[in-house]
Amino acid sequence: MTHAMLVLADGTRFEGEAAGWWDPDAARPATGEVVFNTSLTGYQEILTDPSYAGQIVCFTYPHIGNYGVTPNDDESSRAWVRGVIARDFSARPSNWRSTMTIGEFLAKERIPAIVGVDTRRLTRHIRQAGAMPAAFGPVSGPLGLAVSDLAAAAAGEAGTDGVDLASEVTTPVPYTYGTGRLSVVAYDFGIKRSILSQLGSIATVEVVPAATSAAEVLSRNPDGVFLSNGPGDPSAVGYASNEIAKLLGKVPVFGICLGHQLMAIAMGGSTYKLAFGHHGANHPVRRLATSRVEITAQNHNYAVAPDSIASAEVTHVNLNDAVVEGFASPELRAFGVQYHPEAGPGPHDARYLFPEFEQLMTGGA
Amino acid sequence: MPRRDDIESILVIGSGPIVIGQACEFDYSGTQACRVLAAEGYRVVLANSNPATIMTDPSMADRTYVEPLTAEVLEAIVERERPDAVLPTLGGQTGLNLAMALHGNGVFERYGVEMIGAKPEAIATAEDRERFKAAMTEIGLAVPDSGFAYTLEEALAVGESIGYPLIVRPSYILGGAGTGIAASREELVHIASVGLAASPISEILVERSIAGWKEFELEVMRDKLDNCVIICSIENFDPMGVHTGDSITVAPAQTLSDCEYQQMRDDAFACIRRIGVETGGSNIQFAVNPQTGEQVVIEMNPRVSRSSALASKATGFPIAKIAARLAVGYTLDEIPNDITGETPASFEPTIDYVVTKIPRWAFEKFPGIPDVLGTRMQSVGEAMAIGRTFPESLQKGLRSLEHGRSGLNCDPAEALSERWDDDELVRRASIATPDRPFQLEAALRRGISVERLHDATGVDPWFLDQISLVVTERRRLAGFTSPDDLTRSDWRQAKRLGFSDAQLAYLWGADEEAVRRQRLAAGVKATMKTVDTCAAEFEASTPYHYSTYEDDDEVAASSRPKIVILGSGPNRIGQGVEFDYCCVQASFALRDAGFETVMVNCNPETVSTDYDTSDRLYFEPVTWEDVSNVLDAESASGELRGVIVALGGQTPLKLAGMLPAELLLGTPASSIDLAEDRERWSGLCSELAIPQPPGGTATNFDEARRIVETVGYPALVRPSYVLGGRAMEIVYDEEDLRRAMQEMAVFGSLGREGGLSADRPVLIDRFLEDAIEVDVDAIRDAAGEVLVGAVMEHVEEAGVHSGDSACAIPPQTLGHATVQTIEGYTAAIAAALEVVGPINVQFAVKKTATPRAGDSPSADTGDEVYVIEANPRASRTVPFVSKATGVPLAQVAARVMAGSSLAELRAEGLLFDPVGGGHVSVKEAVLPFSRFPEADTLLGPEMRSTGEVMGIDTTFGLAFAKSQDAAGDRLVSSGTVFFSLADRDKAAGVDVARRFADLGFALAATDGTAEFFESAGVPVATRVAKVGDGSLPSGDSSPNGESRPSAESRLDAAALIRDGKVQLVINTPRGRGPRADGAYIRRAANSHRVACLTTIAAARAAVGGIAERRLEPLRVKSLQEHHQLPSGTRQGA
Repeated sequence: MTHAMLVLADGTRFEGEAAGWWDPDAARPATGEVVFNTSLTGYQEILTDPSYAGQIVCFTYPHIGNYGVTPNDDESSRAWVRGVIARDFSARPSNWRSTMTIGEFLAKERIPAIVGVDTRRLTRHIRQAGAMPAAFGPVSGPLGLAVSDLAAAAAGEAGTDGVDLASEVTTPVPYTYGTGRLSVVAYDFGIKRSILSQLGSIATVEVVPAATSAAEVLSRNPDGVFLSNGPGDPSAVGYASNEIAKLLGKVPVFGICLGHQLMAIAMGGSTYKLAFGHHGANHPVRRLATSRVEITAQNHNYAVAPDSIASAEVTHVNLNDAVVEGFASPELRAFGVQYHPEAGPGPHDARYLFPEFEQLMTGGA
Repeated sequence: MPRRDDIESILVIGSGPIVIGQACEFDYSGTQACRVLAAEGYRVVLANSNPATIMTDPSMADRTYVEPLTAEVLEAIVERERPDAVLPTLGGQTGLNLAMALHGNGVFERYGVEMIGAKPEAIATAEDRERFKAAMTEIGLAVPDSGFAYTLEEALAVGESIGYPLIVRPSYILGGAGTGIAASREELVHIASVGLAASPISEILVERSIAGWKEFELEVMRDKLDNCVIICSIENFDPMGVHTGDSITVAPAQTLSDCEYQQMRDDAFACIRRIGVETGGSNIQFAVNPQTGEQVVIEMNPRVSRSSALASKATGFPIAKIAARLAVGYTLDEIPNDITGETPASFEPTIDYVVTKIPRWAFEKFPGIPDVLGTRMQSVGEAMAIGRTFPESLQKGLRSLEHGRSGLNCDPAEALSERWDDDELVRRASIATPDRPFQLEAALRRGISVERLHDATGVDPWFLDQISLVVTERRRLAGFTSPDDLTRSDWRQAKRLGFSDAQLAYLWGADEEAVRRQRLAAGVKATMKTVDTCAAEFEASTPYHYSTYEDDDEVAASSRPKIVILGSGPNRIGQGVEFDYCCVQASFALRDAGFETVMVNCNPETVSTDYDTSDRLYFEPVTWEDVSNVLDAESASGELRGVIVALGGQTPLKLAGMLPAELLLGTPASSIDLAEDRERWSGLCSELAIPQPPGGTATNFDEARRIVETVGYPALVRPSYVLGGRAMEIVYDEEDLRRAMQEMAVFGSLGREGGLSADRPVLIDRFLEDAIEVDVDAIRDAAGEVLVGAVMEHVEEAGVHSGDSACAIPPQTLGHATVQTIEGYTAAIAAALEVVGPINVQFAVKKTATPRAGDSPSADTGDEVYVIEANPRASRTVPFVSKATGVPLAQVAARVMAGSSLAELRAEGLLFDPVGGGHVSVKEAVLPFSRFPEADTLLGPEMRSTGEVMGIDTTFGLAFAKSQDAAGDRLVSSGTVFFSLADRDKAAGVDVARRFADLGFALAATDGTAEFFESAGVPVATRVAKVGDGSLPSGDSSPNGESRPSAESRLDAAALIRDGKVQLVINTPRGRGPRADGAYIRRAANSHRVACLTTIAAARAAVGGIAERRLEPLRVKSLQEHHQLPSGTRQGA
């Protein structure tokens, strides 16, 4: 057992044990912005979700790794988190689909972790103080770091504000996914496979890099454009919102999460940062058209400011804190949601949005 | 959408007595419903026959009917109260079945009563297995291959087409009664017959057995706008094949990946929508093939259930409360989440801890019944524990059971698993029994692999691997020799895996207090975390805590002085909902008096563990270590006034001596010891000149024999410091005595509860035959005033445990002078024990003339009153007394312990005179024999009832008759009564037989009894030979225990019962010799559901009741009317 320590940018310390992967040749702390996720299941999907690039994820559920890891549940080609904080990792998973343990997976993906942490204390701290940068690493053994080194690393960590993380996770080259009858161009700001699999059943999807121009997209003559989820601060991806503005009104557009925020900016709206964001699989959202409540998967630190987009109507609202969860502009044939209707992980309550996108593209009611 | 205004009054049907499969979880759900509906301004009419419940406190509803839960009675209530709606989904299977009966017979339609929550169509679709299966198939959900059968022939035909093993599930049953797994045609014949008999509509589902698959449950809620949420997922530790009520269950589900879980969630929503439960909660069970992930739906309960109570406690989301609101028109998003105060109820709770529920069984109460678990639920209670990890919650849960275990082995009782070699240990673990978790730990500790144990038991490797963490840690800890050697990090690691100080003390041969001291000195103390529905995402406003070993503590400072109330732990025979009633009443009273109340308990079924019952709730084992942790946390966060130990039964009372004296409220610990210490107690009685049966204490057979040599046989043998007459026996000779003493030794049935020692000797008294037993509940205040709550006269004679006996308020045969003597003795004992708070004293009254329950009190002719025992705590009968007299005894007792005098409480209006006259109240015990068809139904000194009912009416006869109806043994109005009596009962029996004959009943009797009756001029129509299986009917003067085949040409008693030719059996045991005689007759009556009375006193009461009922129409009356409360005085607690 190697003692490890997590130090937040405000100096708060948490003890634990080193787990996951550590560079065998250098004593180097893991750094990033700490966020907590309250999902009870889906740790693998979370670790491989590009939206977590730049972040250290703290799982609030204490046992992580119970059902192992299977390549079938990856949300992208690799793990994107900077580090993992958990109360406990299961050494021996049990599930017929499992091919490796959480420890083996993190080693393969070279992701450091700290376990044995009072994750509830950490969560309460972040809830009160807000998401913040942090550093963690071993404090004993050959790779042991001084606590002061960790504190310095935490203080020196930039966080996600104003950082263009989408460019780090986007595909370098376009590729095609799915065999649906329609044709959709999907901007990849960090797209999840669950989204591709939903889109792929209604369209043949051309996935393009984040910096693709509107002209390039329109030249492909798509039935619709999809704006994907992705990590970080939407205001740092101005190049994309500029291009999106050129697409709106010309072609049906559907955005999820970062895509939804970028579309809001493209329509003249603004975004802001939440104190600690929404990261979980139990957020109630009201769909204003029907008044019904859907339980949604969420993962975002930024949100669209209410009333900032005059040209669109709010369609979905978070019942916990009234955050804008969706808007639509019928004239522009565009809509977006802040949450994750594709699930992966999370509930399937909002998957109807993909058929709605299909209808929008085919001109159906 | 606002609440419905088109309905004004709502009928809530409770679940009746506590029985196996239906316990106080429905008191919890019903209480929540009553409080919510009252708060919404509806007029609430409540029907429940169980006086021990909190919901039947008159302040919980506008009209409370403690009446039998039968269709006839419910119709009378509906006719009288004219409710606009009925909420049938919160009263368990009983409530649901009754509502369906009243729907079916047109009563609801006739009186315009709307069923809210679930419509009859939905209930029928969920409950009728054929319709359920068709409905699931229709929406594409897999169900196991199966077919329905209404006869044995059909069952065999279905069985042949599916192939063995098969599971048989009767329709419309509770807790899996009549369910079983058949591996062969022969087994199917037996199991299908039992199943057909168990189903009220004689329908069974014969299904492909998927024993060994993983079992899961989802708790679903739906509102009228079709918003659906999952409150909790639960995974069973035991694989399919063990009833979920008998399984260790864990929340949340541990081994489902997100995609599997979401599939299950989708299926659950599809299921509740198809079944059509419009609003409220349902529980849906799934099985998953561990090799392929194949999921099938097993069943759905269209109502709140035991699992929903567990889910509510596990998550902090109050399912029943929300279900009641949804039923009157609200939608989930309109209801706030109480715990966060800000977010709505339309969400899915997420948790950051692990919850483990462990059942508690009572096999030791039923000799000869194997402790093998199966598809029929047999547990009588459960404990729940919360930890940050599974090992921690498992170990906490095991010590919560209060079954003499300190955790997962590492305690003296682990010797039970050490006896077997490896193969035998694995073989034993492969059979599901209460010992399985201990056997698994022992096996892993010996190095037996997870794979082998998984193959043998079907327990998921994840759980086994988690147990192996406990094994590894124990090995590490065993490397230390003393608590002085551990560092902070060592302690923290051990405590985080749930090791109790007691386990560590055992491991090191150290003293538990020394372990605790060293641990605290090393800086490792329990930290209190919060159950908040949201894994800390939002701030919690409700202080619902559990202990664990983490960095920080979440207990907030308090401003008012605090009183801690220690609860009674898991339900068990002898300690059930009655004590929860007392604790909850105390909490309400103390809160009203300005204290902040702090509840400590670990029973998820109860009202006491509802987060809004007390100001603060600690969901913790009621052990010394865990209670100390709470006291430390509470002392650190405000003024801790003291601790109440006298209301939660024996569990908290045992801790009295360990508490700092200044914190113990009420009777001092020395008095509690004095009452338990046989020698000192006898001395006290002599000093007070109160007669008691002669006796003494013994720790081994020789000592016991010496005592009996002085006091003589028959003698009553009972262990000290137990409740419910555990292992108590009447011995008639030396052989009996030897066997009884063996039971108490380490490997006897009492062994795991501590065995025998100088600290825990056996009490041996002369047994007073034919005495009337009397119970008194009283309260003494610090100023010395004694309030007698009630004197209760038992129907069955002394020798039948008071918990298994019917009793009446006011006493029916005791004269005024005798009652005065009893009251005087009670006051003297209470004073001598310096009692402050409740006391229960039991007496035996020897009459010169034969006692006759139901006769009017006669002049006293030298009754001898003996004191049997005194307990300076609230008794099981406190709620019954309060329902009978209107006096809130538990509240008064709590206030007295907190320092008030009775005079002050009288001035305040909390204490008033009992309502007298006009009614007689009878409490009757409800026994679980239908669950144990092989058990002997004879009543004795060891308590075996799980619950109780109350009958109230104008006379003893009518009240007794109601109590019998409520207990489920309806008094028949015509037919044949079969007598088989002990010699000493024959004279008294003649009179009873004559009264039955006068009422037009035909008589049948065994030879000896028949001869006696006829010689006394009472003709017996049917004479019956000695029974056919070898045992003899009691009373007939043959050598006991001899086997003799029936005379071929004559009738056989058991056959007569089996063939339905007998409607009532009266069989009394021999006065001397083993009381097992006649067991065969009683067993036949039990398995064919023929009412069987085993005492003449009960038979006399029954015939009196039948006679009076012929003359009087059924009348129902609410407690509020009995108590003469003005209407609209509901306090809405």
